[in-house]
Amino acid sequence: MENIRKVDLVVIGGGSAGLASAIAAKENGIDDILIIEKEGYLGGILEQCIHNGFGLQTFKEQLAGPEYAERFIQRAKELNIPYILDTFVTTITPEKDVFYTNEKEGLVHLQAKAIIMATGCVERTAGQIQLEGKRLSGVLTAGLAQKYLNIEGYMVGKKVFILGSGDIGLIMARRMTLEGAKVLGVAELMPYSNGLARNIAQCLNDFDIPLYLSHTVKNVYGKDHVEKITIAQVDEKFQYIPNTEMDFEVDTLILSCGLIPYNILLDDIGCKMSSTKGAIVDNNYMTSIDGIFECGNSLHVHDLVDFVSAESKEAGIAASKYLKGILNKSSEDTMVVNGNGIGYVVPQKYDYDSIDDSITFKFRVRCPMKNIKFVVSVDDMEIKSIRKLAVVPSEMEMLTIKKDDLIKGSKLEIKVEEVK
Amino acid sequence: MYDVIIVGAGVIGCLTARNLAKYNLKILVIEKDNDVGNETTSANSAIVHSGYDPLPNSSKAKFNVLGNAMFDKLCEELDVKFKRIGSITVAFDERQMETLKELQERATLNNVKTELLDKTKVHELEPMLSEEIVGGLLAPTAGIVDPFNLAVHAMENAIDNGVELKLSTKVESIKKVDDHFVVNDEYEAKVVINCAGIYSDVINKMVNKDDTSFEILPRKGEYFVLDHFNRPFVNHTIFMVPSEKGKGVLISPTTSQNYLIGPSAELTSRDDNATDKLTLSDVRRQASSVIPNIPFYEVIRTFAGIRSTPSTHDFIIEESKTKGFINVAGIESPGLASSPAIADYVVNEIVGKIIKLEPDTSFNPCVKKYIKHPGKMICKCERVSLQDVMDVLNRSCPPHSIKGMKRRVRAGFGRCQGGMCQGDVLKIMADFYGVDRMDIPYDNDDSFILVSKTKEEN
Repeated sequence: MENIRKVDLVVIGGGSAGLASAIAAKENGIDDILIIEKEGYLGGILEQCIHNGFGLQTFKEQLAGPEYAERFIQRAKELNIPYILDTFVTTITPEKDVFYTNEKEGLVHLQAKAIIMATGCVERTAGQIQLEGKRLSGVLTAGLAQKYLNIEGYMVGKKVFILGSGDIGLIMARRMTLEGAKVLGVAELMPYSNGLARNIAQCLNDFDIPLYLSHTVKNVYGKDHVEKITIAQVDEKFQYIPNTEMDFEVDTLILSCGLIPYNILLDDIGCKMSSTKGAIVDNNYMTSIDGIFECGNSLHVHDLVDFVSAESKEAGIAASKYLKGILNKSSEDTMVVNGNGIGYVVPQKYDYDSIDDSITFKFRVRCPMKNIKFVVSVDDMEIKSIRKLAVVPSEMEMLTIKKDDLIKGSKLEIKVEEVK
Repeated sequence: MYDVIIVGAGVIGCLTARNLAKYNLKILVIEKDNDVGNETTSANSAIVHSGYDPLPNSSKAKFNVLGNAMFDKLCEELDVKFKRIGSITVAFDERQMETLKELQERATLNNVKTELLDKTKVHELEPMLSEEIVGGLLAPTAGIVDPFNLAVHAMENAIDNGVELKLSTKVESIKKVDDHFVVNDEYEAKVVINCAGIYSDVINKMVNKDDTSFEILPRKGEYFVLDHFNRPFVNHTIFMVPSEKGKGVLISPTTSQNYLIGPSAELTSRDDNATDKLTLSDVRRQASSVIPNIPFYEVIRTFAGIRSTPSTHDFIIEESKTKGFINVAGIESPGLASSPAIADYVVNEIVGKIIKLEPDTSFNPCVKKYIKHPGKMICKCERVSLQDVMDVLNRSCPPHSIKGMKRRVRAGFGRCQGGMCQGDVLKIMADFYGVDRMDIPYDNDDSFILVSKTKEEN
């Protein structure tokens, strides 16, 4: 007979989301927890983010990534939350079986009562953006270049161009410059930057690195390794504009073209997924599968780790309620609609009865806009509106709606309206 | 003195080497790249064609049909993924249905089993296909294979049976001296077999200087690769009916549960494996006429492969006018399907008539089985463990590059394309070979990944 170990709560991923959710569950009375981490350390991607700027919201101070992670790791250790490292979950089932593998134990079968998915995100690759030209070495994602530099102590190149103005690319522009590389420019396909304003200022402007908006890489040249790239301007349909090509002799092309929630486990078991590639969740961060929760960057990509921690804390509390039998899977979830100008909203549905006193919705706009208001309506009746002077897709918006303003079973819509 | 030198370690060179290893011969394979199967073998449609398409009585028809039938046993012995999923060539109108009937007659002449399908039957077998499709031609013996690992495992088996392999060695000269050949002024052999793929005309001219009987016209094919996804898509290889507009693209599952969409076909230079949006958007347009709503958001990679289109339009498999020098050239589609039969023919019908073949009774036709191991997981997307990686490093045809590892065990083949695991694979390989991480290339020897260290060593 197979010996199946039983665990109340399995948290998959020991990064910022996994740690915060496990800590919250433990603080809310759940003792039988297991965090499963694929790498040999807790903290996740924060360990390679050695720049500061983390923790302003949570701790009111500026910390480096590893310092921020350390606070959560210490708290998890104080609370004696069990964790296993170098361990990879190969499969989960809707019945909450968890199969993991590691060097010591081989393949192990756990039976959980609840699961929190905190598996983070991955970078969009050259293949996904269908980068033109040859498949040469010297083309790599910003996060991988960051790992080589900050964790392994190696530089990937000396003359660098960056495609995409995502935050990791901007951070790497500064980081590689400080390590002696020459960063010749950043090209961004969109007519606006996709990074945080502070990173544009501190990582590009302060180092005189040009940002080419509405530009993309048109070709990559070299025999075995990148030797040259060509960028070109694009029109509003992202077609190349003739005679706008510029060549750069570089040995490295870093891609910072966005992050995608990483959900290889949920995809396999028929969990309902959203267009952002995260799960569809309710206000308790429960997915379409009873007792499986999701939070952090595997749910949707956040701008700041502080927001990941806050969201994951809520997910951990929800999981603890579920395990205590206070929270059941709702049979009638109410849908949240992405109205005009809205890219996505999390949660995508809510369960009225389980709302304590309010829900916070997180969302992004589709494109930069000025002088607008966010309008929230329930069954087409406006219940709240907020003026905004300027909004950009790279900054996650949050709106809190009181339970009293909601009507059980009613559709909720968030949309953008122009202010005349 | 070697009995046989093979120039080029693509799937043809590797299978030929393995076949020669069945005899008591001293064999050397010389390959310009740092891995086997690094050109056409690793960038094609990964299809084992049934053989209904080539013109009857051509070399292509003969070797395709013979080769196809050999795949079950070969892939069993070499532990290579192969599945006979069948192909369906789809017609959009009555005129194309007529072409399918002609193709069926050709199939009968080639001794290939086919079945004409009406609209209902086509959609029953492949519900995702466009409603515009009015019928199809099913070829049940068509299959899919992992062509790169076919080459690797064949070479592994050849080496295990005594063949020598020299990688990263470009053949610069071949001289005929008395009754033998001298390659690069260094390696002597009684027989030289030219399996140099897109460079086979260049190699031929080293020996047969004025031979104009064939040229290789490098032809590029661009593809999309889709990720695994847990939704219905296609179960067969889907071909379009060849028309005046061209051969059309195919849509096919792969042995790794991905899907391939392509290829384009354009004449190019030998080293031009670049992809471009214009060509790929045409591939996309053609494929979308066959299956509407292809999930192109699942694309994880695009690539281009270069094929050796022969100026003669048929395979060139013969002893050249210089005795002892054998050309196996122009092996374009259906070259992969034909490869086992070509390798047999070259050994038995050509080499065997030049030198005496004496069976080696100790020949073992099987590689050690490849098993997926649990344990520390290196590649998360494709679930490749540390032990899986170590296993191929300890075999007789191990990878020397990140790409070589990726193609063997699939570490870095998945959704993140190595973003998460490349650093770990690099470290494991550097440790294994006892070199610095800067010395492990991405692909060929000059394709470095890391350029310098940021800190002094202690």
